[in-house]
Amino acid sequence: MTMSNRTKIPSYLMFFEQLGEIGILLARTLRNFFRKPWERELFLQQLEEIGVRSLPVVSLTAAFGGLVFGLQTYIGFHRYIGQGSEAYGGPIISLGLTKELIPILVGLMVTGRVGSAMAAEIGTMRITEQVDALYTLGADPNRYLVVPRTMASIIMLPCLTLYGDIIGIACGYFYNALMGVNRTLYWRNTLLYLELWDIVSGLIKALIFGLVIAIIGCWQGLNAEGGAEGVGRATTRTVVIASISILILNFFLSRMLPANIG
Amino acid sequence: MIQIVDLHKSFGGKKVLDGLNLDIKKGETVVVIGQSGSGKSVLIKHLIGIIRPDKGEIFIDGTEICCLSEDDFFKLRKRFGMLFQGAALFDSLTVGQNVAFGLERYRDFSEEEKQKIVRESLARVGLRGVEDLMPHELSGGMKKRVGLARAIAYKPEIILYDEPSTGIDPIRADAINDLIIQMKKEMGVTSIVITHDMVSAYKIADRIAMLYEGKIIEEGTPEEIEKTENEIVQQFIHGQAKGPIKEW
Ligand SMILES: Nc1ncnc2c1ncn2[C@@H]1O[C@H](COP(=O)(O)OP(=O)(O)O)[C@@H](O)[C@H]1O
Ligand SMILES: [Mg+2]
Repeated sequence: MTMSNRTKIPSYLMFFEQLGEIGILLARTLRNFFRKPWERELFLQQLEEIGVRSLPVVSLTAAFGGLVFGLQTYIGFHRYIGQGSEAYGGPIISLGLTKELIPILVGLMVTGRVGSAMAAEIGTMRITEQVDALYTLGADPNRYLVVPRTMASIIMLPCLTLYGDIIGIACGYFYNALMGVNRTLYWRNTLLYLELWDIVSGLIKALIFGLVIAIIGCWQGLNAEGGAEGVGRATTRTVVIASISILILNFFLSRMLPANIG
Repeated sequence: MIQIVDLHKSFGGKKVLDGLNLDIKKGETVVVIGQSGSGKSVLIKHLIGIIRPDKGEIFIDGTEICCLSEDDFFKLRKRFGMLFQGAALFDSLTVGQNVAFGLERYRDFSEEEKQKIVRESLARVGLRGVEDLMPHELSGGMKKRVGLARAIAYKPEIILYDEPSTGIDPIRADAINDLIIQMKKEMGVTSIVITHDMVSAYKIADRIAMLYEGKIIEEGTPEEIEKTENEIVQQFIHGQAKGPIKEW
């Protein structure tokens, strides 16, 4: 028994092979969304794990995101247009937060918190034969493990993003108010120029990020091999691949989702 | 009842099964012996579709299992129970929930009946009052026995035991031998047992088959195996470091 005749697959082909694996997993998972029986209990657990337990970290990142955005916009207006114009920063801050910064921050934070945990948890189950045991005992691993996580993730990411929007906008306003900007004017401008669609398009992005995080985490977990080290690798890869995918997808989504430029 | 014909399986270019043939009759206990890493676990995982063959056929009651629909496969798996080499207990569930897992999915019982069966199954492997413990609170041997209770709880017709006595003290290991014999006598269970323990193999087996280099190189009743002239088998059953098997 030797390893010498092991077929080497060129790395550029491996990329497509993996893309194929992800595609198959995605298709199977989406199909199982609409099939009974649902693992209701596990779904609720995941809602809590992904949603409720991410609130502290989302609060913190959204708050400081809003503050720093408020700060730089204030400086920008102050420097280029002059004293008194800072109140026009309101819509810019809100637009930047709802469409870009908050969805990305939430996506990256949940990747680190939840995506990695999915890979570790499912990866451990995989290498200790628990995934095989599920199958043997009549539970489809896709329905039992992947579907609840994916469903919870695509529901919870928009919720977290909406919550982050509110915190971020409030903190951007808070900073400007603190710097003595005209509060009434700031709010009037914000409400006048911020459209519902700006918020909704951010939520659509978040939904897609949620799908990406769960599918990549589960895919890495289900394909983990080689003991504890393999689980570690799956976890790291999930964070790297999901983070990069989110940033790249974000750009293309920003291009594709219509924006009203008035 | 089970026929394995010319089974081939490789992992990443490494041949594990290389044209393996084996027949198992209804109600029979077949013990598979072979070195660690020779592919015994891979072999039995093929029978319930955890691993798909590269080539070859597996017939269960005359039906080739490769191309069954999802529903038919579900019905087929219901007939199998499997004890995994590492027990494979679900570590997020209690011992009781673990044992009830297959029961909930394969059979329709009231909560009360379910609890009763869980208790009975655990009692069969010599465990009492452990339902509410978590798997990480158990010793290795206890995990194995819970794994066994989980496999027999829904009364499968065919049970696959992957090293049932490894990691268990000799007295309990013999109790497991008795359990395997009892399952066969009481319920006519067909068993495939993987073991390194020749004492246990002689005690429980109707037939013993030896896996070597991806094939079954010898099979027969315990008496036939004991008297075999095949040097590889002799070396293995007598546990000698010197002999035709060099690789280790
Ligand atoms: N899922 C898998 N992926 C890659 N290699 C595997 C896999 N399962 C088993 N193998 C390899 O197949 C060989 C046989 O393994 P196994 O059947 O577990 O041996 P044993 O006879 O000790 O039960 C080993 O070399 C193992 O590394
Ligand atoms: Mg094994």
